[in-house]
Amino acid sequence: MPTKTYIEAIREGMRDEMRRDERVILMGEDVGVKGGVFKATEGLHKEFGEMRVIDTPLAESAIVGVAIGAAINGLLPIAEIQFQDFIMPAVDQIISEAAKIRYRSNNDFNVPMVVRAPFGGGVHGALYHSQSIEAIFCGVPGLKVVVPSTPHDAKGLLRAAIRDPDPVLYFEHKRAYRLIKGEVPDGEYVEEIGKARVVREGSDIAILTYGLMTHFCADAAEKLAADGFSCEVVDLRTLRPLDREQIIASARKCGKVMVVQEANLAVSIASEVAAIVAEECFEYLDAPVMRLGGPEIPGVPFSPPLEEFYMLTPAKIETALRRLAAY
Amino acid sequence: MAVAKEDAAQRAGLDTDALRTMYRHMARARVLDERMWVLNRQGRAPFVISCQGHEAAQVGIAMALRPGYDWAAPYYRDLAVTLVLGMSPKDHLLATMARAADPNSGGRQMPSHFGCRRLNIITGGSPVATQVLHAAGAALASRVRGEDAVAMTSLGEGSTSEGDFHEGLNFAAVHKLPLITVVENNGFAISVPWDKQMPLKDVADRALAYGMPGVIVDGGDPIACYAAMKTAVERGRRGEGPTLIEAKVARLTPHSSDDDDRIYKTREALAEEKKHDCVLGFRVRLEEAGVLAPGDAEEIRAEIMREVDRALQEAEASPLPSPESALLHVYGD
Repeated sequence: MPTKTYIEAIREGMRDEMRRDERVILMGEDVGVKGGVFKATEGLHKEFGEMRVIDTPLAESAIVGVAIGAAINGLLPIAEIQFQDFIMPAVDQIISEAAKIRYRSNNDFNVPMVVRAPFGGGVHGALYHSQSIEAIFCGVPGLKVVVPSTPHDAKGLLRAAIRDPDPVLYFEHKRAYRLIKGEVPDGEYVEEIGKARVVREGSDIAILTYGLMTHFCADAAEKLAADGFSCEVVDLRTLRPLDREQIIASARKCGKVMVVQEANLAVSIASEVAAIVAEECFEYLDAPVMRLGGPEIPGVPFSPPLEEFYMLTPAKIETALRRLAAY
Repeated sequence: MAVAKEDAAQRAGLDTDALRTMYRHMARARVLDERMWVLNRQGRAPFVISCQGHEAAQVGIAMALRPGYDWAAPYYRDLAVTLVLGMSPKDHLLATMARAADPNSGGRQMPSHFGCRRLNIITGGSPVATQVLHAAGAALASRVRGEDAVAMTSLGEGSTSEGDFHEGLNFAAVHKLPLITVVENNGFAISVPWDKQMPLKDVADRALAYGMPGVIVDGGDPIACYAAMKTAVERGRRGEGPTLIEAKVARLTPHSSDDDDRIYKTREALAEEKKHDCVLGFRVRLEEAGVLAPGDAEEIRAEIMREVDRALQEAEASPLPSPESALLHVYGD
């Protein structure tokens, strides 16, 4: 099986779907001639032309709002927001419009649209090129939110998102783009939205996580294994709808649960996962649910000591895991 | 005077039958709108928002579209637009009564949040100006497929202060999309007058900044509105890009059934607007031109009243949605 980077898998996912279905179009800032600021769309403008790979004006509400209209009129648009941090002007279109269009029209209309955006820190991007603000969308009925952590899932989930009849937010960790490599099958496989993946089986602590943190947690779990602690690592992959079954199964099996995310903790994915565990697994728990995430500050600061303070690392996760193991 | 206006109709390609149809559409919207207010004041309908004073503009604009082929993303005042495109008084009375069979939303949205997939009327929400972008997207999709369909969107002058108005017009202009944006300028955004929305007298002046034609039209004159829209539609079909049309209209009612316009609009100003009521004015004009014979208007009105009476009976007899149906249609799978 060929090995590819995370960003190659995303690019191929778009390319393959555009070859397969001419209704798929791509629109966003710099996605055309330049091929995207991260090169996620490189080569697509040349292959599919400016009618299907559209350099838009610098206006995020329009990128999403026009994609909604195009989806209503029969296309399958992929709208790229250059950084998740810049999605804010489009939030009205995503939450007030896209999320509600099927419901408010009593199933007369639907919005088969994907909004792609890179998120996450560790790239010296400071406050406005590093955020993890996915929680904003995860409480909104009508939306689906996916965050792949491997090249395999990046391609499989992107295919699923494009073929989904409803709006899907597809968040890709920008530090994973070239850092993470993995095997990607050649065939036309699709990863189902709403299913978590057990990355590593274990029996002492269930680590529930997503995005780049999946890799950091796997590294930390490996360290603990050397000392005889068995950690199960679960990549949530889809943040809305969460895979409750897998969350509950892993929590009950291990009896200790740690939820790890890059975002700050207040009213977050970790909050929701911890609530599910509290409601469904109380009698199975040997320790309080532990949540590990970013500090309660407005963003990731620029200066290296500040950025390092914000970001989780395998070592920080390992320390927290040892604390939970000792409880 | 009558002769000159008949000339205007001929220039716009409207024959006698088309003019009678035009009047009938206007009268039908007015009768239905008035009935909704009666229902509200009787305590039978919780909310009404009105098209009264906008009928000429809406009918003229909508008659220049191909229903079910072209796209429309209207706003909450566009009752007459939806009737011209093929929705019925019963469709809207079902919405007024929040019935399960309401084709706009199944009783989920407030009344006048229009939508009908069959007729390419794009479902609308309550945040204003968001629909401008949806219409631009619909226009884009038609063009990607190589069709010559156009998309019409409409909004009030107050909504042009929103960012989505700017983003939509700029996007459509840059990509030469067949988008026709119709601003129904009645001078008030609920209570706030136009000069607190913009330092310009004419919204159409903004078109210059988007590099598209900006047309001002007398929104009390349906023939003028039809002619302006026809020109814009033809331009769009030829691939020459978008147009901004500003129709100067009057709002003859408060913003909605929950508003009291006496606080911000003088009775004299309202009386002056009512003197130029577009439905009455067009009737007189067609009678003077001999398009409507004496008694025709009364007959048309009586016929519409019967239709609306019947529609109301059917709507009231139609069941409410079941409580648990609130859970349906969040996702498609």
